Amino acid sequence: MELYKLTVHEAADLINKREVTSQQIVQSTLQQINEVDKDVKAFITLADERALEESRQLDASVADEEGLSVLAGIPFGVEDNICTEGVRTTCASKMLENFVPPYSATVVSRIAQQKGILMGKLNTDEFSMGLTTESSYFHETRNPWDLNRIAGGASAGAAAAVAADEVFYALATDTGGSLRRAAAFCGVVGLKPTYGMVSRYGVISSGSSMDQVGPVAKDVKDCAIVFQAIAGRDMADPMTAKAMTSNYVQALADDVNGLRIGLLRECFDQGVDKDVKDAVLNAVKSLEGLGAHVEEVSLPSIEHAPAAYCVILSAEASSNLGRYDGIKYGYRVERCQDLDELYKKTRTQGFGDEVKLRVMLGTYALSAGNYERYYLQALKIRTIIKNEFEKAFEKFDIIVLPTCPTTALRFGDKVDNALAIFLADKYTAPASIAGLPAITVPCGFDTKGLPIGMQFIGKAFDESTLFRAAFTFEQNTDYHIKRPAIDWR
Amino acid sequence: MAVGITVKDVEYLAEAAKFEFTEEQKQKFAQALSDIINAVDRLAEVDTEGVQPTIHVLSVKNIFREDVVLPSMDRDILLKNAADVQDGCYRVPKVVE
Repeated sequence: MELYKLTVHEAADLINKREVTSQQIVQSTLQQINEVDKDVKAFITLADERALEESRQLDASVADEEGLSVLAGIPFGVEDNICTEGVRTTCASKMLENFVPPYSATVVSRIAQQKGILMGKLNTDEFSMGLTTESSYFHETRNPWDLNRIAGGASAGAAAAVAADEVFYALATDTGGSLRRAAAFCGVVGLKPTYGMVSRYGVISSGSSMDQVGPVAKDVKDCAIVFQAIAGRDMADPMTAKAMTSNYVQALADDVNGLRIGLLRECFDQGVDKDVKDAVLNAVKSLEGLGAHVEEVSLPSIEHAPAAYCVILSAEASSNLGRYDGIKYGYRVERCQDLDELYKKTRTQGFGDEVKLRVMLGTYALSAGNYERYYLQALKIRTIIKNEFEKAFEKFDIIVLPTCPTTALRFGDKVDNALAIFLADKYTAPASIAGLPAITVPCGFDTKGLPIGMQFIGKAFDESTLFRAAFTFEQNTDYHIKRPAIDWR
Repeated sequence: MAVGITVKDVEYLAEAAKFEFTEEQKQKFAQALSDIINAVDRLAEVDTEGVQPTIHVLSVKNIFREDVVLPSMDRDILLKNAADVQDGCYRVPKVVE
Protein backbone atom coordinates (compact mmCIF):
# COMPACT_ATOMS: atom_id res chain seq x y z
CA MET A 1 0.00 0.00 0.00
CA GLU A 2 1.28 3.46 -0.87
CA LEU A 3 0.78 5.13 2.48
CA TYR A 4 1.54 8.65 1.25
CA LYS A 5 -1.60 8.56 -0.89
CA LEU A 6 -3.95 8.23 2.08
CA THR A 7 -6.03 10.99 3.59
CA VAL A 8 -5.54 12.07 7.20
CA HIS A 9 -8.61 10.21 8.41
CA GLU A 10 -7.62 7.02 6.56
CA ALA A 11 -4.06 7.12 7.91
CA ALA A 12 -5.28 7.90 11.43
CA ASP A 13 -7.51 4.81 11.34
CA LEU A 14 -4.56 2.62 10.42
CA ILE A 15 -2.33 4.14 13.09
CA ASN A 16 -5.01 3.73 15.73
CA LYS A 17 -5.54 0.10 14.80
CA ARG A 18 -1.75 -0.30 15.00
CA GLU A 19 -1.68 -1.57 11.43
CA VAL A 20 0.95 0.98 10.45
CA THR A 21 3.37 3.13 12.41
CA SER A 22 4.00 6.82 12.10
CA GLN A 23 7.52 5.98 10.95
CA GLN A 24 6.21 3.95 8.03
CA ILE A 25 3.97 6.82 6.99
CA VAL A 26 6.76 9.39 7.30
CA GLN A 27 9.17 7.18 5.34
CA SER A 28 6.63 6.61 2.59
CA THR A 29 5.97 10.36 2.41
CA LEU A 30 9.69 11.19 2.28
CA GLN A 31 10.10 8.74 -0.57
CA GLN A 32 7.36 10.51 -2.48
CA ILE A 33 8.98 13.89 -1.78
CA ASN A 34 12.30 12.56 -3.10
CA GLU A 35 10.54 11.29 -6.17
CA VAL A 36 8.52 14.37 -7.11
CA ASP A 37 9.81 17.50 -5.43
CA LYS A 38 12.69 17.96 -7.87
CA ASP A 39 9.94 18.69 -10.41
CA VAL A 40 7.22 20.27 -8.26
CA LYS A 41 9.57 22.28 -6.03
CA ALA A 42 7.00 22.77 -3.30
CA PHE A 43 9.51 22.84 -0.43
CA ILE A 44 11.94 25.56 0.57
CA THR A 45 13.20 23.69 3.64
CA LEU A 46 12.78 19.98 4.27
CA ALA A 47 12.82 18.88 7.93
CA ASP A 48 13.30 15.22 7.08
CA GLU A 49 15.61 14.14 9.90
CA ARG A 50 13.57 15.89 12.50
CA ALA A 51 10.38 14.34 11.08
CA LEU A 52 11.84 10.84 11.21
CA GLU A 53 13.06 11.38 14.75
CA GLU A 54 9.68 12.69 15.91
CA SER A 55 7.86 9.75 14.35
CA ARG A 56 10.30 7.28 15.95
CA GLN A 57 9.71 8.88 19.33
CA LEU A 58 5.96 8.83 18.87
CA ASP A 59 5.89 5.16 17.91
CA ALA A 60 8.13 4.26 20.84
CA SER A 61 6.12 6.19 23.41
CA VAL A 62 2.65 5.00 22.49
CA ALA A 63 1.18 2.26 24.63
CA ASP A 64 -0.71 -0.50 22.87
CA GLU A 65 -4.19 0.54 23.88
CA GLU A 66 -3.65 4.30 23.93
CA GLY A 67 -6.03 6.32 21.80
CA LEU A 68 -4.27 8.94 19.68
CA SER A 69 -5.34 12.26 18.31
CA VAL A 70 -6.43 12.02 14.70
CA LEU A 71 -3.43 14.11 13.59
CA ALA A 72 -0.86 12.13 15.60
CA GLY A 73 2.02 10.79 13.57
CA ILE A 74 0.77 12.24 10.30
CA PRO A 75 3.03 14.44 8.12
CA PHE A 76 2.07 18.02 7.34
CA GLY A 77 3.70 21.05 5.74
CA VAL A 78 3.62 24.74 6.60
CA GLU A 79 3.76 27.74 4.27
CA ASP A 80 7.04 29.51 4.85
CA ASN A 81 5.50 32.69 6.25
CA ILE A 82 4.38 30.86 9.42
CA CYS A 83 6.98 30.56 12.19
CA THR A 84 8.26 27.13 13.19
CA GLU A 85 10.57 26.96 16.20
CA GLY A 86 13.98 25.71 15.19
CA VAL A 87 13.06 25.36 11.51
CA ARG A 88 14.13 28.16 9.14
CA THR A 89 11.27 30.46 8.14
CA THR A 90 12.14 32.60 5.14
CA CYS A 91 8.95 34.18 3.77
CA ALA A 92 10.59 33.24 0.44
CA SER A 93 12.75 36.35 0.85
CA LYS A 94 16.46 37.05 0.97
CA MET A 95 15.55 39.25 3.94
CA LEU A 96 14.76 36.19 6.08
CA GLU A 97 16.92 33.62 4.29
CA ASN A 98 18.62 32.57 7.53
CA PHE A 99 15.90 33.38 10.05
CA VAL A 100 15.28 30.56 12.54
CA PRO A 101 12.31 31.50 14.74
CA PRO A 102 12.71 31.17 18.50
CA TYR A 103 9.06 30.14 18.81
CA SER A 104 6.29 28.51 16.80
CA ALA A 105 3.08 30.11 15.58
CA THR A 106 0.05 29.10 17.66
CA VAL A 107 -1.34 27.11 14.73
CA VAL A 108 1.89 25.09 14.54
CA SER A 109 2.04 24.55 18.33
CA ARG A 110 -1.55 23.32 18.32
CA ILE A 111 -0.74 20.69 15.68
CA ALA A 112 2.45 19.81 17.55
CA GLN A 113 0.43 19.23 20.74
CA GLN A 114 -1.52 16.65 18.78
CA LYS A 115 1.77 15.08 17.68
CA GLY A 116 1.51 15.99 14.02
CA ILE A 117 4.82 15.58 12.14
CA LEU A 118 6.22 18.71 10.46
CA MET A 119 7.85 17.72 7.15
CA GLY A 120 9.11 21.17 6.23
CA LYS A 121 8.38 24.63 4.92
CA LEU A 122 6.56 25.31 1.69
CA ASN A 123 7.24 27.84 -1.03
CA THR A 124 5.30 31.08 -1.37
CA ASP A 125 5.75 34.40 -3.12
CA GLU A 126 8.10 36.80 -1.36
CA PHE A 127 6.20 37.97 1.74
CA SER A 128 3.20 36.27 0.10
CA MET A 129 2.93 39.00 -2.51
CA GLY A 130 2.25 37.51 -5.91
CA LEU A 131 0.15 35.11 -7.93
CA THR A 132 2.74 32.69 -9.27
CA THR A 133 5.70 32.16 -6.85
CA GLU A 134 7.84 33.92 -9.47
CA SER A 135 8.67 36.47 -6.77
CA SER A 136 10.03 33.77 -4.43
CA TYR A 137 13.74 34.31 -3.71
CA PHE A 138 14.30 30.56 -4.01
CA HIS A 139 12.44 29.02 -6.94
CA GLU A 140 9.08 28.65 -8.67
CA THR A 141 6.65 25.96 -7.58
CA ARG A 142 5.17 24.03 -10.48
CA ASN A 143 1.68 22.63 -10.79
CA PRO A 144 1.62 18.82 -10.34
CA TRP A 145 -1.15 18.62 -12.98
CA ASP A 146 1.07 20.28 -15.60
CA LEU A 147 4.62 21.23 -14.70
CA ASN A 148 4.61 24.09 -17.23
CA ARG A 149 1.89 25.83 -15.26
CA ILE A 150 1.76 27.84 -12.06
CA ALA A 151 0.39 26.20 -8.92
CA GLY A 152 -1.09 29.51 -7.84
CA GLY A 153 0.32 32.11 -5.57
CA ALA A 154 1.21 32.86 -3.01
CA SER A 155 0.34 29.53 -1.28
CA ALA A 156 1.50 27.44 -4.26
CA GLY A 157 3.91 25.29 -2.25
CA ALA A 158 1.14 24.26 0.16
CA ALA A 159 -1.37 23.36 -2.54
CA ALA A 160 1.14 21.64 -4.84
CA ALA A 161 2.57 19.58 -1.97
CA VAL A 162 -0.90 18.34 -1.00
CA ALA A 163 -1.90 17.63 -4.61
CA ALA A 164 1.33 15.69 -5.25
CA ASP A 165 0.89 13.69 -2.01
CA GLU A 166 4.09 15.16 -0.54
CA VAL A 167 2.25 15.99 2.69
CA PHE A 168 -1.15 14.90 4.01
CA TYR A 169 -2.22 18.50 4.54
CA ALA A 170 -0.71 21.96 4.85
CA LEU A 171 -1.23 25.15 6.81
CA ALA A 172 -1.20 28.23 4.60
CA THR A 173 -2.22 31.85 4.81
CA ASP A 174 -4.92 33.65 2.88
CA THR A 175 -4.93 37.44 2.78
CA GLY A 176 -6.74 38.15 -0.49
CA GLY A 177 -7.19 34.67 -1.93
CA SER A 178 -3.72 33.12 -1.90
CA LEU A 179 -4.71 29.82 -0.26
CA ARG A 180 -7.99 29.43 -2.16
CA ARG A 181 -6.50 30.22 -5.57
CA ALA A 182 -3.64 27.76 -5.14
CA ALA A 183 -5.97 25.03 -3.84
CA ALA A 184 -8.28 25.52 -6.82
CA PHE A 185 -5.42 25.41 -9.34
CA CYS A 186 -4.11 22.20 -7.77
CA GLY A 187 -7.46 20.40 -7.36
CA VAL A 188 -7.49 20.25 -3.56
CA VAL A 189 -9.68 21.63 -0.75
CA GLY A 190 -8.80 24.91 0.97
CA LEU A 191 -10.49 26.95 3.69
CA LYS A 192 -10.02 30.62 4.52
CA PRO A 193 -11.58 30.92 7.96
CA THR A 194 -13.60 33.84 9.29
CA TYR A 195 -11.26 36.66 10.34
CA GLY A 196 -10.64 36.13 14.05
CA MET A 197 -11.31 32.39 13.99
CA VAL A 198 -7.66 31.33 13.84
CA SER A 199 -4.72 32.87 15.69
CA ARG A 200 -2.20 34.90 13.72
CA TYR A 201 0.42 34.72 16.48
CA GLY A 202 3.69 33.76 14.82
CA VAL A 203 2.34 34.40 11.32
CA ILE A 204 4.51 36.92 9.49
CA SER A 205 2.16 39.84 8.93
CA SER A 206 1.15 40.98 5.49
CA GLY A 207 -2.30 42.58 5.54
CA SER A 208 -3.06 42.34 9.24
CA SER A 209 -6.78 43.09 9.02
CA MET A 210 -7.26 40.24 6.52
CA ASP A 211 -4.52 37.62 7.18
CA GLN A 212 -5.89 34.24 8.22
CA VAL A 213 -4.36 30.76 8.40
CA GLY A 214 -6.32 27.86 7.00
CA PRO A 215 -5.95 24.21 6.02
CA VAL A 216 -5.19 22.91 2.53
CA ALA A 217 -6.32 19.29 2.42
CA LYS A 218 -7.07 16.30 0.22
CA ASP A 219 -10.76 16.24 1.11
CA VAL A 220 -13.38 18.13 3.11
CA LYS A 221 -13.23 15.82 6.12
CA ASP A 222 -9.48 16.34 6.46
CA CYS A 223 -10.01 20.07 6.08
CA ALA A 224 -12.52 20.03 8.96
CA ILE A 225 -10.22 17.90 11.12
CA VAL A 226 -7.31 20.32 10.70
CA PHE A 227 -9.51 23.38 11.14
CA GLN A 228 -10.85 21.91 14.38
CA ALA A 229 -7.28 21.61 15.63
CA ILE A 230 -6.19 25.18 14.85
CA ALA A 231 -9.35 27.24 15.43
CA GLY A 232 -10.32 29.09 18.57
CA ARG A 233 -9.35 31.87 20.88
CA ASP A 234 -5.69 32.56 21.58
CA MET A 235 -4.62 35.12 24.17
CA ALA A 236 -1.53 35.80 22.07
CA ASP A 237 -3.70 37.18 19.23
CA PRO A 238 -6.13 39.76 20.61
CA MET A 239 -8.09 39.65 17.35
CA THR A 240 -9.19 36.05 17.86
CA ALA A 241 -12.88 36.12 18.64
CA LYS A 242 -14.57 34.70 21.67
CA ALA A 243 -17.14 32.99 19.44
CA MET A 244 -17.61 29.37 20.35
CA THR A 245 -16.14 26.84 18.01
CA SER A 246 -18.30 23.82 17.28
CA ASN A 247 -17.44 20.24 16.46
CA TYR A 248 -16.82 20.67 12.76
CA VAL A 249 -16.06 17.03 12.09
CA GLN A 250 -19.23 15.77 13.74
CA ALA A 251 -21.22 18.40 11.84
CA LEU A 252 -20.20 16.94 8.48
CA ALA A 253 -23.46 15.69 7.00
CA ASP A 254 -24.38 14.54 3.52
CA ASP A 255 -27.39 16.83 3.50
CA VAL A 256 -28.14 20.12 1.78
CA ASN A 257 -31.89 19.77 1.92
CA GLY A 258 -33.36 23.25 2.23
CA LEU A 259 -29.97 24.96 2.12
CA ARG A 260 -30.37 28.40 0.54
CA ILE A 261 -27.63 29.00 -2.02
CA GLY A 262 -27.09 32.38 -3.67
CA LEU A 263 -25.46 32.26 -7.10
CA LEU A 264 -23.29 35.36 -7.29
CA ARG A 265 -24.34 37.02 -10.55
CA GLU A 266 -21.31 39.33 -10.86
CA CYS A 267 -18.90 36.37 -10.93
CA PHE A 268 -20.45 34.45 -13.83
CA ASP A 269 -20.05 37.21 -16.40
CA GLN A 270 -17.80 37.51 -19.45
CA GLY A 271 -14.63 37.60 -17.34
CA VAL A 272 -14.83 33.90 -16.49
CA ASP A 273 -13.66 31.02 -18.75
CA LYS A 274 -16.47 28.98 -20.27
CA ASP A 275 -15.13 25.69 -18.86
CA VAL A 276 -14.96 27.16 -15.37
CA LYS A 277 -18.42 28.66 -15.58
CA ASP A 278 -19.96 25.44 -16.91
CA ALA A 279 -18.30 23.29 -14.25
CA VAL A 280 -19.44 25.50 -11.38
CA LEU A 281 -22.98 25.83 -12.75
CA ASN A 282 -23.14 22.03 -13.16
CA ALA A 283 -21.96 21.57 -9.61
CA VAL A 284 -24.60 23.97 -8.35
CA LYS A 285 -27.21 22.08 -10.33
CA SER A 286 -26.21 18.85 -8.61
CA LEU A 287 -26.60 20.54 -5.21
CA GLU A 288 -30.03 21.72 -6.34
CA GLY A 289 -30.84 18.12 -7.24
CA LEU A 290 -29.91 17.15 -3.69
CA GLY A 291 -32.49 19.52 -2.22
CA ALA A 292 -30.79 22.92 -2.04
CA HIS A 293 -32.67 26.06 -3.11
CA VAL A 294 -30.65 28.04 -5.63
CA GLU A 295 -31.34 31.62 -6.61
CA GLU A 296 -29.30 34.41 -8.14
CA VAL A 297 -27.92 37.07 -5.83
CA SER A 298 -26.27 40.35 -6.76
CA LEU A 299 -23.57 42.18 -4.81
CA PRO A 300 -23.02 45.19 -7.07
CA SER A 301 -20.21 46.75 -5.05
CA ILE A 302 -17.87 43.78 -5.26
CA GLU A 303 -16.61 45.15 -8.57
CA HIS A 304 -14.68 47.58 -6.34
CA ALA A 305 -13.34 44.85 -4.05
CA PRO A 306 -10.05 44.27 -5.93
CA ALA A 307 -9.10 47.96 -5.91
CA ALA A 308 -10.14 48.39 -2.27
CA TYR A 309 -8.22 45.24 -1.37
CA CYS A 310 -5.15 46.46 -3.25
CA VAL A 311 -5.11 49.74 -1.32
CA ILE A 312 -5.80 48.21 2.10
CA LEU A 313 -3.24 45.43 1.64
CA SER A 314 -0.53 47.78 0.38
CA ALA A 315 -1.12 50.21 3.23
CA GLU A 316 -1.01 47.52 5.89
CA ALA A 317 1.94 45.71 4.30
CA SER A 318 4.00 48.90 3.95
CA SER A 319 3.56 49.43 7.66
CA ASN A 320 4.22 45.77 8.60
CA LEU A 321 7.36 45.56 6.50
CA GLY A 322 8.82 48.60 8.21
CA ARG A 323 10.17 46.27 10.89
CA TYR A 324 12.85 44.81 8.58
CA ASP A 325 15.68 47.12 9.47
CA GLY A 326 18.64 44.74 9.61
CA ILE A 327 18.98 45.00 13.38
CA LYS A 328 16.87 42.51 15.31
CA TYR A 329 16.78 39.69 12.75
CA GLY A 330 17.08 39.07 9.05
CA TYR A 331 19.48 40.26 6.39
CA ARG A 332 21.92 43.05 7.27
CA VAL A 333 24.41 44.99 5.20
CA GLU A 334 27.72 45.41 6.98
CA ARG A 335 30.03 48.44 7.24
CA CYS A 336 27.48 51.24 7.11
CA GLN A 337 28.43 54.74 8.22
CA ASP A 338 25.14 55.54 9.91
CA LEU A 339 21.75 54.09 10.75
CA ASP A 340 19.96 55.56 7.73
CA GLU A 341 22.47 53.93 5.40
CA LEU A 342 22.01 50.62 7.22
CA TYR A 343 18.23 50.77 6.76
CA LYS A 344 18.42 51.73 3.11
CA LYS A 345 21.11 49.29 2.01
CA THR A 346 19.58 46.41 4.00
CA ARG A 347 16.07 46.96 2.68
CA THR A 348 17.23 47.64 -0.88
CA GLN A 349 19.26 44.43 -1.04
CA GLY A 350 16.98 42.29 1.16
CA PHE A 351 13.64 42.82 -0.62
CA GLY A 352 12.69 41.96 -4.18
CA ASP A 353 10.91 44.26 -6.63
CA GLU A 354 7.36 43.00 -6.02
CA VAL A 355 7.66 43.74 -2.30
CA LYS A 356 9.21 47.15 -2.96
CA LEU A 357 6.37 48.03 -5.32
CA ARG A 358 3.75 47.12 -2.71
CA VAL A 359 5.52 49.04 0.02
CA MET A 360 5.90 52.10 -2.22
CA LEU A 361 2.22 51.88 -3.17
CA GLY A 362 1.17 51.64 0.47
CA THR A 363 3.40 54.55 1.37
CA TYR A 364 1.76 56.56 -1.40
CA ALA A 365 -1.79 55.62 -0.31
CA LEU A 366 -1.05 56.62 3.28
CA SER A 367 0.79 59.85 2.53
CA ALA A 368 -0.62 63.28 3.27
CA GLY A 369 -2.94 64.33 0.47
CA ASN A 370 -3.65 60.76 -0.65
CA TYR A 371 -4.84 59.22 2.60
CA GLU A 372 -8.48 60.22 2.19
CA ARG A 373 -8.68 59.61 -1.55
CA TYR A 374 -7.26 56.09 -1.39
CA TYR A 375 -6.96 54.52 2.07
CA LEU A 376 -9.97 56.02 3.82
CA GLN A 377 -12.10 55.62 0.70
CA ALA A 378 -11.10 51.93 0.45
CA LEU A 379 -12.14 51.41 4.07
CA LYS A 380 -15.52 53.01 3.39
CA ILE A 381 -16.06 50.81 0.36
CA ARG A 382 -15.16 47.87 2.59
CA THR A 383 -18.12 48.88 4.78
CA ILE A 384 -20.42 48.99 1.75
CA ILE A 385 -19.30 45.53 0.60
CA LYS A 386 -19.63 44.12 4.11
CA ASN A 387 -23.18 45.50 4.33
CA GLU A 388 -24.11 44.02 0.95
CA PHE A 389 -22.97 40.60 2.16
CA GLU A 390 -24.93 40.98 5.40
CA LYS A 391 -28.06 41.81 3.48
CA ALA A 392 -27.55 38.84 1.14
CA PHE A 393 -27.12 36.52 4.11
CA GLU A 394 -30.58 37.44 5.37
CA LYS A 395 -31.85 35.46 2.39
CA PHE A 396 -29.11 32.91 1.80
CA ASP A 397 -27.01 30.48 3.86
CA ILE A 398 -24.07 30.42 1.47
CA ILE A 399 -23.00 32.23 -1.69
CA VAL A 400 -21.42 30.27 -4.55
CA LEU A 401 -18.97 31.45 -7.21
CA PRO A 402 -15.90 30.18 -9.06
CA THR A 403 -12.72 30.33 -6.98
CA CYS A 404 -10.79 31.67 -10.00
CA PRO A 405 -11.98 32.88 -13.39
CA THR A 406 -9.47 30.58 -15.14
CA THR A 407 -7.60 27.35 -14.50
CA ALA A 408 -3.84 27.45 -13.86
CA LEU A 409 -1.96 29.66 -16.31
CA ARG A 410 1.35 28.82 -17.93
CA PHE A 411 4.52 30.38 -16.57
CA GLY A 412 5.21 33.46 -18.63
CA ASP A 413 1.53 34.17 -19.32
CA LYS A 414 1.28 37.75 -18.24
CA VAL A 415 -0.25 37.74 -14.78
CA ASP A 416 1.85 40.49 -13.31
CA ASN A 417 0.03 43.51 -14.68
CA ALA A 418 -2.38 45.36 -12.47
CA LEU A 419 -5.48 44.45 -14.45
CA ALA A 420 -4.80 40.70 -14.47
CA ILE A 421 -4.28 40.79 -10.72
CA PHE A 422 -7.52 42.70 -10.31
CA LEU A 423 -9.44 40.14 -12.32
CA ALA A 424 -8.20 37.27 -10.13
CA ASP A 425 -8.84 39.23 -6.93
CA LYS A 426 -12.44 39.91 -7.93
CA TYR A 427 -13.32 36.32 -7.01
CA THR A 428 -11.42 35.97 -3.76
CA ALA A 429 -10.91 39.46 -2.31
CA PRO A 430 -14.60 40.11 -1.43
CA ALA A 431 -14.62 37.44 1.32
CA SER A 432 -11.23 38.72 2.51
CA ILE A 433 -12.14 42.34 2.96
CA ALA A 434 -15.47 41.40 4.55
CA GLY A 435 -13.71 38.92 6.88
CA LEU A 436 -16.02 36.07 5.84
CA PRO A 437 -15.18 32.36 5.67
CA ALA A 438 -14.76 30.78 2.24
CA ILE A 439 -13.98 27.26 1.11
CA THR A 440 -12.85 25.99 -2.28
CA VAL A 441 -13.58 22.44 -3.45
CA PRO A 442 -12.63 20.75 -6.72
CA CYS A 443 -15.69 20.65 -9.02
CA GLY A 444 -14.43 19.55 -12.41
CA PHE A 445 -11.74 19.81 -15.08
CA ASP A 446 -11.34 22.01 -18.12
CA THR A 447 -10.69 20.69 -21.62
CA LYS A 448 -6.95 20.67 -20.86
CA GLY A 449 -7.52 18.39 -17.87
CA LEU A 450 -6.76 21.10 -15.30
CA PRO A 451 -8.75 21.24 -12.05
CA ILE A 452 -11.49 23.80 -11.44
CA GLY A 453 -12.44 25.10 -8.00
CA MET A 454 -15.87 26.10 -6.72
CA GLN A 455 -16.02 28.57 -3.85
CA PHE A 456 -18.61 28.89 -1.11
CA ILE A 457 -18.69 32.05 1.03
CA GLY A 458 -20.51 31.80 4.36
CA LYS A 459 -21.71 33.94 7.22
CA ALA A 460 -19.11 35.03 9.75
CA PHE A 461 -18.22 32.15 12.13
CA ASP A 462 -20.43 29.73 10.21
CA GLU A 463 -17.72 27.42 8.87
CA SER A 464 -20.01 24.48 9.75
CA THR A 465 -22.42 25.28 6.93
CA LEU A 466 -19.55 25.65 4.45
CA PHE A 467 -18.23 22.25 5.47
CA ARG A 468 -21.67 20.69 5.18
CA ALA A 469 -22.24 22.03 1.65
CA ALA A 470 -18.74 21.08 0.55
CA PHE A 471 -18.95 17.63 2.16
CA THR A 472 -22.30 16.91 0.52
CA PHE A 473 -20.95 17.89 -2.88
CA GLU A 474 -17.92 15.69 -2.33
CA GLN A 475 -19.94 12.68 -1.20
CA ASN A 476 -21.93 12.82 -4.40
CA THR A 477 -19.03 13.39 -6.81
CA ASP A 478 -15.52 12.03 -7.24
CA TYR A 479 -13.41 15.05 -8.23
CA HIS A 480 -11.63 15.06 -4.87
CA ILE A 481 -10.17 11.59 -5.35
CA LYS A 482 -8.61 12.44 -8.73
CA ARG A 483 -4.86 12.96 -8.52
CA PRO A 484 -2.37 14.34 -11.05
CA ALA A 485 -1.50 11.57 -13.52
CA ILE A 486 2.08 12.62 -14.08
CA ASP A 487 4.58 9.82 -14.50
CA TRP A 488 7.30 10.97 -12.12
CA ARG A 489 9.79 8.34 -13.22
CA MET B 1 -8.24 61.51 -15.09
CA ALA B 2 -4.91 59.76 -15.42
CA VAL B 3 -2.64 60.07 -12.42
CA GLY B 4 1.04 60.24 -13.21
CA ILE B 5 3.66 59.19 -10.68
CA THR B 6 6.84 61.07 -11.50
CA VAL B 7 10.44 60.14 -10.83
CA LYS B 8 10.39 62.85 -8.20
CA ASP B 9 7.44 61.15 -6.47
CA VAL B 10 9.35 57.86 -6.55
CA GLU B 11 12.34 59.54 -4.91
CA TYR B 12 10.10 60.92 -2.17
CA LEU B 13 8.44 57.55 -1.54
CA ALA B 14 11.76 55.70 -1.64
CA GLU B 15 13.15 58.03 1.03
CA ALA B 16 10.10 57.37 3.23
CA ALA B 17 10.23 53.59 2.69
CA LYS B 18 14.05 53.47 2.93
CA PHE B 19 14.92 52.13 -0.50
CA GLU B 20 17.64 53.20 -2.96
CA PHE B 21 16.99 53.06 -6.70
CA THR B 22 19.04 53.61 -9.82
CA GLU B 23 17.73 56.10 -12.38
CA GLU B 24 16.49 53.23 -14.51
CA GLN B 25 14.66 51.65 -11.57
CA LYS B 26 13.06 54.98 -10.71
CA GLN B 27 11.57 55.14 -14.21
CA LYS B 28 10.34 51.58 -13.94
CA PHE B 29 8.72 52.11 -10.53
CA ALA B 30 7.14 55.37 -11.68
CA GLN B 31 5.46 53.51 -14.54
CA ALA B 32 4.38 50.51 -12.42
CA LEU B 33 2.98 52.76 -9.69
CA SER B 34 1.13 54.92 -12.23
CA ASP B 35 -0.51 51.81 -13.71
CA ILE B 36 -1.77 50.61 -10.35
CA ILE B 37 -2.84 54.04 -9.09
CA ASN B 38 -4.84 54.57 -12.25
CA ALA B 39 -6.52 51.22 -11.78
CA VAL B 40 -7.48 51.95 -8.15
CA ASP B 41 -8.41 55.57 -8.83
CA ARG B 42 -11.94 54.52 -9.77
CA LEU B 43 -12.57 54.06 -6.06
CA ALA B 44 -12.89 57.81 -5.84
CA GLU B 45 -16.01 57.67 -8.02
CA VAL B 46 -17.94 55.58 -5.47
CA ASP B 47 -20.38 57.62 -3.39
CA THR B 48 -19.33 57.07 0.22
CA GLU B 49 -21.07 60.08 1.72
CA GLY B 50 -21.94 59.28 5.32
CA VAL B 51 -20.36 55.79 5.23
CA GLN B 52 -18.15 54.87 8.19
CA PRO B 53 -14.77 53.27 7.38
CA THR B 54 -14.21 49.64 8.46
CA ILE B 55 -10.67 49.29 9.75
CA HIS B 56 -11.36 45.90 11.31
CA VAL B 57 -14.29 43.64 10.53
CA LEU B 58 -14.60 42.69 14.20
CA SER B 59 -15.28 45.23 16.87
CA VAL B 60 -12.01 45.68 18.70
CA LYS B 61 -12.03 45.93 22.46
CA ASN B 62 -9.26 46.08 24.99
CA ILE B 63 -8.49 42.75 26.57
CA PHE B 64 -7.42 42.80 30.20
CA ARG B 65 -5.69 40.19 32.29
CA GLU B 66 -4.42 40.05 35.85
CA ASP B 67 -1.17 41.97 36.22
CA VAL B 68 1.01 39.01 37.07
CA VAL B 69 4.48 38.26 35.83
CA LEU B 70 4.53 35.50 33.21
CA PRO B 71 7.61 33.82 31.77
CA SER B 72 8.95 35.53 28.66
CA MET B 73 11.50 34.52 26.10
CA ASP B 74 15.14 34.22 26.98
CA ARG B 75 17.25 37.20 25.91
CA ASP B 76 20.06 35.13 24.46
CA ILE B 77 17.66 33.13 22.33
CA LEU B 78 16.08 36.30 20.99
CA LEU B 79 19.46 37.82 20.18
CA LYS B 80 20.50 34.76 18.20
CA ASN B 81 18.91 36.07 15.00
CA ALA B 82 20.63 39.44 15.20
CA ALA B 83 23.65 40.08 12.98
CA ASP B 84 25.54 42.26 15.46
CA VAL B 85 25.31 41.84 19.23
CA GLN B 86 27.42 43.05 22.12
CA ASP B 87 26.93 42.58 25.88
CA GLY B 88 23.36 41.40 25.46
CA CYS B 89 22.41 44.36 23.27
CA TYR B 90 21.90 44.99 19.56
CA ARG B 91 24.78 46.94 18.04
CA VAL B 92 24.00 49.58 15.42
CA PRO B 93 26.04 52.19 13.54
CA LYS B 94 26.29 55.72 14.83
CA VAL B 95 22.84 57.23 15.48
CA VAL B 96 23.70 60.77 16.63
CA GLU B 97 26.39 63.13 15.40
